[in-house]
Amino acid sequence: MTEITHYSQVWSYRTTRGRLLLWGGWLALVALFVWCWQIMTERTIWAFVYDAPRQAADIGGRMVPPRWSYLNELWVPLWDTLNMATLGTLGGVIMAVPVAFLAARNTTPSALFLRPVALFIIVASRSINSLIWALLLVAIIGPGLLAGIVAIALRSIGFIGKLLYEAIEETDASQIEAIEATGASGAQVLSYGIVPQIMPAFWGITVFRWDINIRESAILGLVGAGGIGLKLEASLNTLAWSQVSVILLLILATVVLSEWVSARVRHAII
Amino acid sequence: MSAPDYPTTWRRPPQIIRDRRWRIAFQIGIVVYLILAIGSVEVNWARVYTGLERGQRFVLGFLQPDFDTRWRDISRGLIESLTMTLTSTVVGVAISIPIGIGAARNIAPRWIYYICRGIIAVSRALQEVIIAIFFVAMFGFGTFAGFLTLSFATIGFIAKLLADDIEEIDEAQAEAVRATGASWGQLLNYAVQPQVMPRLIGLSLYRLDINFRESAVIGIVGAGGIGATLNTAIDRYEYDSAGAILLIIIAIVMVAEYSSSYLRKFLQ
Repeated sequence: MTEITHYSQVWSYRTTRGRLLLWGGWLALVALFVWCWQIMTERTIWAFVYDAPRQAADIGGRMVPPRWSYLNELWVPLWDTLNMATLGTLGGVIMAVPVAFLAARNTTPSALFLRPVALFIIVASRSINSLIWALLLVAIIGPGLLAGIVAIALRSIGFIGKLLYEAIEETDASQIEAIEATGASGAQVLSYGIVPQIMPAFWGITVFRWDINIRESAILGLVGAGGIGLKLEASLNTLAWSQVSVILLLILATVVLSEWVSARVRHAII
Repeated sequence: MSAPDYPTTWRRPPQIIRDRRWRIAFQIGIVVYLILAIGSVEVNWARVYTGLERGQRFVLGFLQPDFDTRWRDISRGLIESLTMTLTSTVVGVAISIPIGIGAARNIAPRWIYYICRGIIAVSRALQEVIIAIFFVAMFGFGTFAGFLTLSFATIGFIAKLLADDIEEIDEAQAEAVRATGASWGQLLNYAVQPQVMPRLIGLSLYRLDINFRESAVIGIVGAGGIGATLNTAIDRYEYDSAGAILLIIIAIVMVAEYSSSYLRKFLQ
């Protein structure tokens, strides 16, 4: 019987090849970063950058103390902003539900033709931010709340549609089969087999999106779509920084409140 | 034959609010709110009607995009956006790793934990566009302000998710490494890092995708990139160029989404 007296190998985290590959990968990333950095900063005026701390101190000095009396002018725009978010979410939900049913693999009427169309609608709506939608819509239907509402609705289609169609695809097939076994028609299967299963997910998604939409609707006014962003734009343009800080604090308070509400509602549902 | 005294029809049980009176009150409340809200929306229908012609031109521009006329502007905007996206993601992730470690309750001392969570909360509370306005005011127009904005927004996103992930690691592995007499740095490297690395890479790729989308937006307030080009195109009423830019954005986002989901599957 031979006894093993020593091991020549020292344990290491990775094999030599793995280590080399890892270092190569990091090196490539660093090289890419440096290259991109050079292209990006080509047109940067460094004098402005070095000047930034002074500018920051200047702006900070003008922002405090906030002009609290300005708050009285903000309640109506805030109400408009909340309406924009809520009505926009409502419109988005109404449009997203049929799209989600067309996009889900188990409910789509034609996987070959309608499903890709629905998926394209979802991706297109998701990849364009609501501010860009608002920019377009203000040019088309004029400045005002309506442009903001439509922008929020169009942006919400993709978000709600994507999460909802994933929820539809994850439904329990045995429940649907049970409904089918009773001789239910297609619409009845949808109404009694699928809808009750996705309802909690649906409410959760809708409230979550409403919360996001409140954040987004606060800034849509920057491009002319009404609400509190319009006041922000006006204050920025007149360099009234003490009003800007009031508006930002109000937006922050609203966002925190809506996040709390949405967390509570989602907690109650799920 | 007498009527049965049990219900013969089935009604769906209510899903959220069980009390009938509350349900009715809730529904009336919704209707009242909707009437008030829709009433407060002023719509100038004459303006909408004249705008429809523009809308038609925009749809036509989307169907027949014009890539050529403004190609120099578009390509410059795209290069700015892409480089801004990559550099800001790299810098943002590099900064958010120490902050994320500091914000994990199970490996950081309490006072560091509160500081790091505070940084995360500040970064998450503010919209990218609002941050961009401030950075443009401080650092001047152009990509550098956009780069700083996206890096700042990345910190809140990555650091929070990384910290939550570190808090959820398998304690048994950390315990095993600690039992060998490992120092804090060795604990991080051998117990925490292997458990969170795949998710961190996935999150970074996801953030790369988000940063590209956001880079298209912050250009509107002067932070450079494709958003600035898009804003100019819409201001000039060149809807065919705007359509081309939007199609490019959609295409890049689609490619990024598919390749990042493929990469994440490959890495895990």
